[in-house]
Amino acid sequence: MAQTKKRTVVYNVTRNPQLADGGGLVHAPIVPVEGEVASDFDEDIHGTHMLINIGPQHPATHGVLRLVLELDGETVIKCIPHIGYLHSSFEKLGEYRTWNQIVPLTDRMDYLAPLIYNCAYAMAVEKMMGIEVTERCKVLRVILMEMDRIFSHLLWLGTTAIDLGAFTVFLYTFQERERVYNLHEAYTGARITTSATRIGGMMADLPAGWIEQLNHFVKTFPRTLDEVETLLTNNAIWVGRTQDVGVISGQDAVNFGLTGANLRASGVDYDVRKDRPYYDYETYDFDVPVGEHGDIYDRYLCRMEEMRQSVRLLQQAIARLPGGPVNVDDPRVILPPKTAAMNDMESMIHHFKVVMEGVRAPVGESWFSVESSKGELAMYVVSDGGSKPVRWRVRGPSFINIAALPHMIEGSLLSDVIAVNASLDIVLGEIDR
Amino acid sequence: MTDPNFKKGLDALDQGPARAAGETVESPPPAGDLPPHPTVDALRDTFGEAILRHEVVSGDEHIVYIGPERNLEILRWLRDNPGERYDMLRDVTAIDYGNGAFLQLVYELWSIPNRRQLRIKIELPLDRLEVDSVYYVWRASDWLERETFDMFGIVFRGHPDLRRILMPYNYAEGHPLRKDFPLRGRFTRAEQTRRSLSLKTEDHYSPYEVELAKRLGQPLPSVMADDGGPGVPESGMPGIGAQ
Repeated sequence: MAQTKKRTVVYNVTRNPQLADGGGLVHAPIVPVEGEVASDFDEDIHGTHMLINIGPQHPATHGVLRLVLELDGETVIKCIPHIGYLHSSFEKLGEYRTWNQIVPLTDRMDYLAPLIYNCAYAMAVEKMMGIEVTERCKVLRVILMEMDRIFSHLLWLGTTAIDLGAFTVFLYTFQERERVYNLHEAYTGARITTSATRIGGMMADLPAGWIEQLNHFVKTFPRTLDEVETLLTNNAIWVGRTQDVGVISGQDAVNFGLTGANLRASGVDYDVRKDRPYYDYETYDFDVPVGEHGDIYDRYLCRMEEMRQSVRLLQQAIARLPGGPVNVDDPRVILPPKTAAMNDMESMIHHFKVVMEGVRAPVGESWFSVESSKGELAMYVVSDGGSKPVRWRVRGPSFINIAALPHMIEGSLLSDVIAVNASLDIVLGEIDR
Repeated sequence: MTDPNFKKGLDALDQGPARAAGETVESPPPAGDLPPHPTVDALRDTFGEAILRHEVVSGDEHIVYIGPERNLEILRWLRDNPGERYDMLRDVTAIDYGNGAFLQLVYELWSIPNRRQLRIKIELPLDRLEVDSVYYVWRASDWLERETFDMFGIVFRGHPDLRRILMPYNYAEGHPLRKDFPLRGRFTRAEQTRRSLSLKTEDHYSPYEVELAKRLGQPLPSVMADDGGPGVPESGMPGIGAQ
């Protein structure tokens, strides 16, 4: 049963040859045709098909996702996801808040990698306003984002393994996650709802000793990763449950708009950090793992390798973290120091205006994306010149990735539904927003 | 609730971030010599007057405005033309500027082979919110168009399964991200509660699933673990009681 063929991920394939040669993109996805239900329905199978409902409260749906499955025996004929159970209307709420007040909304979307969302939002607004953050802030945000990439992948690894019956992995990964939680708490005061960024900088500079703690984590964490790999990579059950399950081709993945490890596992080398570098990612030395089969196992290999690459990025970023201020010197967006605000009239006026009116952004818009742990995360901010956005849109990677779930599982077994759903690395807070 | 000041505050909250009378939105400053974008020239050559204008925002983000009539043709051309190859539809959304202004429908495209970005915008008058769906061009548009329909009420002609996605299927208060939609919803809290408690089993399912259950002669599975869902179901409803 278990296939023992050894697989590795391919590094830096410049482009998928399938996609690179002309005409490769003519795409014929399986699409429902109008009237399909009536014409294709075979009266003979009456009673053999079954409609079942998974969720919304089900531990393997990683939140409140609901799937309605049409089954023929144990084979999934059709899958229809229903979402919206966690809908909090963040985008509407954002229109009633000033630019800085939106930051706490962002980390409540993806509570598995909150700092990436904080940073992405601040970066989008800064790009629209034309603010260039300080060198220290740039490197600091790279550190925070890479740390949270590990943080999120660890949760993915633990929960996916537990969905497939490997309980031990969960304990290993959550022990490591706890250390990142502590780093979150030491810096921001919160373990999940970090709200660390502000327009033009961070809410504070790093506390003393934080970098040493992070260094310790970076040094010791790869050992746990090695241990987990010995538990899974050549494990016959793991290999049997994941290889050639939930396959999606590179063409289909692009057409479905998949991003992140889900896309790269299908052999398409698209990573925002490489394709549209921000914060000097082009000067860091790191590789982007690319799979070739597009199945769960390749997604697993890609994410494992991404964690190792994040460790490399963290090492480089820690080494180059410069001194200096963490906030831009711009009274329009950043609060003056408290001592200045109490002693000097002009600073006090700036302080008053930033607090009472909020930061005012000029007319404009920006659709800015970063590579989050789940895929391409974009923040689309539109301003009409006021201190509140006209529109704040989040292009969540999970929202787009989960839309391809029916395509991946139709025709497979019911037990694979759980595995494929877990492998997509979704977070419902961001799907429902 | 009787305190007039409190009520005034709530009303102001409901009215939302509308601009003061007389205040107008300034158009973005002229970009001067726009950085060239090869696709824009090609679009102008091919489609002529259907391409309305070209803008650059935030330094490097190119926007092309097109008319609502030929959007499917233009977007399909952008994906299939060997010189363009915009194979990834990254986002579909809309912007409502309020005060009766045209809704802007936004498509954000990316070409993986050419590493090029392009944003297509279509301005739609509030009384004619209809465009052709690009479902059969990019499957990524499936849920994105459903969300835009749900939140803004833009109808995508030809989408095979255009129904609400984030809001409940029986939601009757309108389209939440429109500027004329009050933050707390249109109905009173009592009415909202009553509606959410009186959901029937069918309200949890898409038309396809209801149809399928009817054909299979099988009751719809209960959404809640213990009974047939929240609220009081009609008697004789399939899917209620022990299964």
